[in-house]
Amino acid sequence: MKLVVTDLAADRGSGPIFEAITFALQDGEGLLVTGPNGAGKSTLIRAIAGLLRPSAGTAEIEGATEDWPDVPSASHYLGPINAMKPALTVFENLSFWQTFCGRPALGVDEALERIGLEHTRDLPFSYLSTGQRRRVSIAKLLISHRPVWLLDEPTSGLDAASELHFAELVREHMETGGIVAAATHLPIRVEGMKELKFGGVAA
Amino acid sequence: MTALILRDIRLGLRAGGGMLIGILFFLAVIAVVPFGVGPDLNLLGRIGPAILWIGALLASLLGLDRLFQADREDGSLDILILQGHEHPLALTVFAKCVAHWLTTGLPLVIVSPALGLLMNMQPAAILATSATLLAGTPAITFIGATGAALAVALPRGGLLVSVMVLPFVIPVLIFGVMAAYGAVENPAPFTQPFLLMCALTLFFSVLGPFAAGAALKASSD
Repeated sequence: MKLVVTDLAADRGSGPIFEAITFALQDGEGLLVTGPNGAGKSTLIRAIAGLLRPSAGTAEIEGATEDWPDVPSASHYLGPINAMKPALTVFENLSFWQTFCGRPALGVDEALERIGLEHTRDLPFSYLSTGQRRRVSIAKLLISHRPVWLLDEPTSGLDAASELHFAELVREHMETGGIVAAATHLPIRVEGMKELKFGGVAA
Repeated sequence: MTALILRDIRLGLRAGGGMLIGILFFLAVIAVVPFGVGPDLNLLGRIGPAILWIGALLASLLGLDRLFQADREDGSLDILILQGHEHPLALTVFAKCVAHWLTTGLPLVIVSPALGLLMNMQPAAILATSATLLAGTPAITFIGATGAALAVALPRGGLLVSVMVLPFVIPVLIFGVMAAYGAVENPAPFTQPFLLMCALTLFFSVLGPFAAGAALKASSD
């Protein structure tokens, strides 16, 4: 499988945010999109995920199969907000997403163990701290299988230890043939990731 | 799909769900009518079905703007849209409407007989009104879903949704009230307007989710 982005451009009405972004990621490859605030990193991730209509260019899966015909279906999108309901418990939140997204990988309890939050299983999501919420959101990547991870500031709110732990999860995903594209201003310490630097501040 | 319905029902029943607000609003509207109209019991009984319908209509419009907005605010909507391959967006919207109706529309139908007593309605009229509400309020939810999807990006879209949706729900109101009167007033028919209203519900249960799905996809920019 190969994620191919060709000549991607996005426009928010006040001129282009980025133009002519071209890259390709093979199985097991990762891309870090770095740059200052407002450079268009999140917009790029949203455009790849298909949540934002690009003004030009395409993001496609080369060698698409029946299972993963296009980028949205093959991707986990970890957005800047956690996509969890504050009124539901951590377990309820995660098991809902597992059922809804399908293709279960790790069990919910296993995934919570992986991120070290098994003790919060039955707490309402709103009781958790910012960092813990982010980690639960990261656990969502583990409970359903998707070959492509599109991450938008995945480590925001995480402490140093959790950041390292997250880097390990990303490395593991790449080692098992997964593709990662992450927009971040804090570099994730994973060796062998390509880097795409976004330069100036968009108008 | 079932998982989504169950999750939304659970959310609706827990704190912050709109269920109780809808019922209280419905109760408030019905309770003030006798004060406004005066203590003419016959008149109250005669306008009862119409007032119940208007009250239920307004109460079900009340919580509509939250249908997708809550999901948008916490980022869930993005993920729901991205699963379009496994779950077509229209089906996802349909499931959300079903859950929304079960937590906000159905309770209104259940309390309507009690409120009918406040209006001095005959048992037959109460029964007919509740039956028409049961078959008609889903249409309001399905039509409202389109409005809610269009206004999902607006921070205070509540009133706007109601105003946008209102013209489209008026046929449902007309046939609902007509059928309710048909059950008690002899020459007026019950079956025809009731079936027409059921047809409206079925029609909008298909059109509404598709339109709302398209609106949501366009709004995700």
